[in-house]
Amino acid sequence: MKAMVYRGPYRVRIEEKDIPAIEHPNDAIVRVTRAAICGSDLHLYHGMMPDTRVGTTFGHEFIGVVEAVGPSVANLQVGDRVMVPFNVYCGSCWFCARGLYSNCHNVNPNATAVGGIYGYSHTCGGYDGGQAEYVRVPFADVGPMVIPEWLDDEDALMLTDALPTGYFGAQLGDITEGDTVVVFGAGPIGLFAAKSSWLMGAGRVIVVDHLENRLAKAREFAHAETFHFGEYDDIVVALKKATDHLGADVAIDAVGAEADGNLTQHITAAKFKLQGGSPIALNWAIDSVRKGGNVSVMGAYGPMFSAVKFGDAMNKGLTLRMNQCPVKRQWPRLLEHIRAGYIKPSEIITHRLPLDDIAEGYHMFSAKLDGCIKPVIVPSAA
Amino acid sequence: MPYTADDPRQWSPDELRARIPGWGVDSDPADRPSYPKQRFAPGETGAHWELPDQQPEHAPRERSIEHARLTPVFGTVAPLRGLSGAIRRFAYARFSEGRAAHWLLLILGDRVDVIESSVTSLVSGHPDELVSETGVLSEKRRHGIASRFGRGRVDVKHQWIDPLLVVGPWLLASWGAIALVRKVFRSR
Repeated sequence: MKAMVYRGPYRVRIEEKDIPAIEHPNDAIVRVTRAAICGSDLHLYHGMMPDTRVGTTFGHEFIGVVEAVGPSVANLQVGDRVMVPFNVYCGSCWFCARGLYSNCHNVNPNATAVGGIYGYSHTCGGYDGGQAEYVRVPFADVGPMVIPEWLDDEDALMLTDALPTGYFGAQLGDITEGDTVVVFGAGPIGLFAAKSSWLMGAGRVIVVDHLENRLAKAREFAHAETFHFGEYDDIVVALKKATDHLGADVAIDAVGAEADGNLTQHITAAKFKLQGGSPIALNWAIDSVRKGGNVSVMGAYGPMFSAVKFGDAMNKGLTLRMNQCPVKRQWPRLLEHIRAGYIKPSEIITHRLPLDDIAEGYHMFSAKLDGCIKPVIVPSAA
Repeated sequence: MPYTADDPRQWSPDELRARIPGWGVDSDPADRPSYPKQRFAPGETGAHWELPDQQPEHAPRERSIEHARLTPVFGTVAPLRGLSGAIRRFAYARFSEGRAAHWLLLILGDRVDVIESSVTSLVSGHPDELVSETGVLSEKRRHGIASRFGRGRVDVKHQWIDPLLVVGPWLLASWGAIALVRKVFRSR
């Protein structure tokens, strides 16, 4: 089969690989029909995530058709059209039993600090991802779900990570009616977090970025006020002025490890890998939220230390909440919202590329060319 | 202003409900999917086992020393090999996830892996194409100049570093290899 393969920082190519095999009785093999490149894939692509091995296939956002199932699989059948959450999880460990699916303890021998994620380095379990024609899906009775007949393929694809993560980010902000919410980052997660904040009763939603096309999308898709941080000497002061010097009630970091806005932080973290991530957006969140407010972190960071302003967070009495999203917990509610017409998740997709053009897709997304917000990959076997 | 107890915020639920599709449908925090944070519900996951069957371990599988055992399921892609494999094996066997040495060794292993894999790829007849694999050949088609300049992008200030980061290690490695070869010939 054809698969995207990592060759080193900033380099990927298509290679022929063996079609994955059933390795555990509850495995399924899924023929991928759509996959997406996620902003967090760029951290791997840029060589920021420790133990990212040459030869691995990325891709934790994918849907497909069940091609084969292991002997203990009871809930899926060959031919089912399924969406697969980005979390690999067992459904039965201490953490899964309590709904913390993204923190599963039975799927990642390489680390206890993170669960399993498809195509996201050996630090996240060493699984191949879905930017390929076929993918192995462990615990087929737990993670995947048959896609409802009425749901469009590309809407289903956005349900595998981007939409649930944005929605989860708004939830971790503990928004109460009338709250002012500021979202850092107008990529897919930020757009969905902003949109979800309204569903939770926000009185005002502000989105901060430096890419004009994404800010325009935030205004149009998420009905948000927008700030281009490059136009202000100090975005924290600008946000304070915009909120009557009180500060926002809730701040959501939807940027993560490669944040821009402070050259020293960006270079030391994103370029020279001396930090687990560049916490510029996180520090802006801490400083621009009001005292006693909530900061929700959806941006992905590496396992190394980062220069985060914990002193300000402590002195301001902030509540910091964060996790990888337990995707499947969000699905029933999000399906209701899509069906009701409150969200059309595929509206954020800007590009569709064949799998053969994977190097172009990564470069375009990484360098923010051509107005790219969300690229989708269509494998030839689809 | 926060200098008095008055709340400065002005907002109207009716106006928002009219303007934003679905405004406020999830207003009740207790009715949100992730509430409460840890809700004990093992029967809802689809798992029909107390502990999953153990996936066969066909080759020794590295694991964090913070784990008590090999997890029942694990990824099998790209098993440890070569010098990079030795570095990674040592990082897992010696240092916990709490130690910076663990992660720094893994990053070192990543860089060594890239060099080993490029050499292996060359020998196997499928050499790395260092330019096309970066995707830069699509710059013109994807409007590289128009996308970057005149748009107030902050990241453009440091994008010049990216090619150095990609090409620099190869230039350094090539320079080192040439220097080594010259030294060997001169010593004869």
